[in-house]
Amino acid sequence: MYMFKYIMKRIGLMIMCFVVIMLMCFVLIKLLPINIQGAPGATKDQLLFEMENRHYITNLQYNADGHIVSYDTVPIMEQLGAYVTRIFKYGDFGLGMTMPAYRNRPVLEAFTTRLPPTILINIYSSLIGVPIGLALGIYAALHKNKWQDQVINVIVILLISVPSIVYALLIMYVFCFKLNWFPLRMEAGYDYFSWPMFKSMLPAVFSLCLGSIAGYARYTRAELTEVLTSEFMLLARTKGLTKGQATLRHALRNSMVPIFPMILSEFIAVLSGSLIIEQMFSIPGVGQLYLMSINAQDYDFFMFLSGFYTLVGLGAGIITDISYGIIDPRIRMGAR
Amino acid sequence: MKENNNIPNISADKFTLVGSDRLSHDVKFDTKPRSYIHDAFLRFCKNKGSVVAAIVIILLVLFAIIAPWCTPYTVGYYDNTYLGTLPKSKLFANTNFWDGCSKVKEGQLNFSYYYWMGEELNISNEGGVGHYAIKNQQYEQTDDNFYTYRLDTYHMHGCQYLQMTPERYEMIQTYQDETGNQVLYPTLRVKDRPTDMHFQKDANYYYVTKSVNGKPNPVLDANGNITPAYWSATAENLNDGYHSLRVEGQDGFEKDGETYFYVYSRPVAGGDVEVRLNYYEYYKYYHSYELKDGITEPSFLFGATAEGKDIFVNLASGARFSFIFAICIAAVNMFIGAIYGAIAGYYGGITDLAMERITDILAAVPTMIVITLLKYHMMESSQILILFIAFIVTGWIGMASSTRMQFYRYKNQEYVLAARTLGAKDSRIIWKHIFPNALGTLVTSCALVIPSMIFSETSLTYLGIIDLQSGNITSVGTLIAVGQPKLREFPHIVAFPSVFLALLMLSFNLFGNGLRDAFNPSLRGTEG
Repeated sequence: MYMFKYIMKRIGLMIMCFVVIMLMCFVLIKLLPINIQGAPGATKDQLLFEMENRHYITNLQYNADGHIVSYDTVPIMEQLGAYVTRIFKYGDFGLGMTMPAYRNRPVLEAFTTRLPPTILINIYSSLIGVPIGLALGIYAALHKNKWQDQVINVIVILLISVPSIVYALLIMYVFCFKLNWFPLRMEAGYDYFSWPMFKSMLPAVFSLCLGSIAGYARYTRAELTEVLTSEFMLLARTKGLTKGQATLRHALRNSMVPIFPMILSEFIAVLSGSLIIEQMFSIPGVGQLYLMSINAQDYDFFMFLSGFYTLVGLGAGIITDISYGIIDPRIRMGAR
Repeated sequence: MKENNNIPNISADKFTLVGSDRLSHDVKFDTKPRSYIHDAFLRFCKNKGSVVAAIVIILLVLFAIIAPWCTPYTVGYYDNTYLGTLPKSKLFANTNFWDGCSKVKEGQLNFSYYYWMGEELNISNEGGVGHYAIKNQQYEQTDDNFYTYRLDTYHMHGCQYLQMTPERYEMIQTYQDETGNQVLYPTLRVKDRPTDMHFQKDANYYYVTKSVNGKPNPVLDANGNITPAYWSATAENLNDGYHSLRVEGQDGFEKDGETYFYVYSRPVAGGDVEVRLNYYEYYKYYHSYELKDGITEPSFLFGATAEGKDIFVNLASGARFSFIFAICIAAVNMFIGAIYGAIAGYYGGITDLAMERITDILAAVPTMIVITLLKYHMMESSQILILFIAFIVTGWIGMASSTRMQFYRYKNQEYVLAARTLGAKDSRIIWKHIFPNALGTLVTSCALVIPSMIFSETSLTYLGIIDLQSGNITSVGTLIAVGQPKLREFPHIVAFPSVFLALLMLSFNLFGNGLRDAFNPSLRGTEG
């Protein structure tokens, strides 16, 4: 019951946090003049008609260059009301305005077509990263202060410190250019589970998973060495378990307590992906869409994607905290 | 309390001190007291990795400060010919390393292009360094009729046709007479130039060519030599206004019993002349004689970008900007965070709760949103200002929470209670009694925050959200972003910024970790 209350409280706080952030975002965006680029040759009346059909409250005008711009005269709170109504009544998050590829197309549709590559790449990267990271960490912990540990330590420090830009470039140069193993860009199309598509994703996947490998390895090693020196391990050995049995059944399970939430939150964070990696390897994912919308000043897209990223960030945090409490009865944070 | 002096009947001299002969004093310490900072320093020095990292950081900072003064190039400089030129250091000119050359293996056609280019441009340089496109004209012919050689990226451009006013033409000739360097080379009639579309403007076909498969091939004589196709005229027909060093010798050459001279310029529309010049020598002339900007020779220590910018000075300037920027932000963040965290941590209760909610919300805002919104609202103002504000808006939260934690730790300790009992004000307790305890942590988190700041700045400029490329400022991220599309042809463009970035982050991380351990008194003695 305490746990339930705690979870409810955390979720309530998260929603409050999210609403405040989105409110600030909305107000700050609505304070800006909107630049609308309709379909080529569309007149003011056509645009206005089209937008009123979608329940926009706008005031379209021609500016000095003959472009159609909109300066909202409606109070921002009313606009907010309209925006929220549209979202909840029609599931309409707005239309693309300035990006040529998404002009007059619903934001949600563009988003859903862009989501699979991002998720796939991140899931592949987790699938590669988690086992390797854990294995390295366990290996290092079992050989603590021997040369194997030192080597793994150096690799981990290197991978953690060196920014992903650098090793993404290195991977690109070595694997895509010098060895010619992988294509430079991701395959076009929507056939996400074909072999060429998978192959073309690999450079980005490698660049993404290196960082998480290092993170898991470091964390696992720290946790496992701590558990291995604790007294119950001695007890386990005394009652006759071999070192391997003791490690596998007692040490590993206990050391997984803080690591499992980390993995869980990473699986939430797969949705957000990495802007840099997506940009560098031309992945047609959400990150690229976000960048495009920022540069093109497409406010509906920006608003929606900002909300998405904020939600993912908040959600990952909450999942971590809550799963700590569920997995480890010793913690039960905030229970009392 | 009043001292009791008026004890009756007992005179003061009857009192003696008990055990005055065995009065014991504390022994004065012979050893020097060790201050907190000194102790931290000693423990820091024990960590070899951190010390090395600190040295590397100092070197990188020195590079950022000093490098722009060591080279005549500036950030704004660019050259339209030396695009993607390879790194070259004069110290290594005679080795096969860092000499601005790349090892290539190419077919007959490309090889002969560079070979004959070098043969021509070496004519006038007796004893001097030849303008060999193929380093020292050394090459090896492989069995499959390919040639391997080291292609000098500084000389591979050979000659160019350039249109200029007669005044400049005259100036170059004066320069030639003064220095003895041959800049201008004999020109060709338009009809003698290659007939293939793309090669008509290529001034390196100074010999007779014939078109094969759309490419000009040299026509070789019986000895395997090319035949120069220079435009020549007899002395009386010569009206190109040329009176300086001559490739063919000052007396011309004999042909059919008459003395001919090569023609060095071709009149074009508008009264200008078109000349054929050795670009390397022209570059020297242009910078030392015309611009006088201190550049004597093309020599890019870290190579040139695909826009012909010098990477060395760009990198140093980007690094300098990153350092200054990160330190400024860290200082401002530390200032705000310390005040905010001190108030929240010291007063606690409702104040703390309210302040914590504010930081919670701010911390949940992705940096990208902050930057984008600031960028939209501050379109006209400087990008640096936008970046600065954006990093401050959410950057101080970490500092605030670590300060707050330290305050929670210390505010209920006895010495604070003592201070309060003695009547110290809140502000005095905060700043004089508790804050110094939090300083170590703050300094450490500053050191740990600087690399992440540099990284964010680099990624933002790489993604093009913030464009710092204006005037004399550039950034490491911009360098990487412009170099990445050329990764295949010119890997060195991104190599230097990447190495710099990797070194910087690595050493800052090691340094920060060492600092954290050193400032953590609970670890004292555990290292053994």
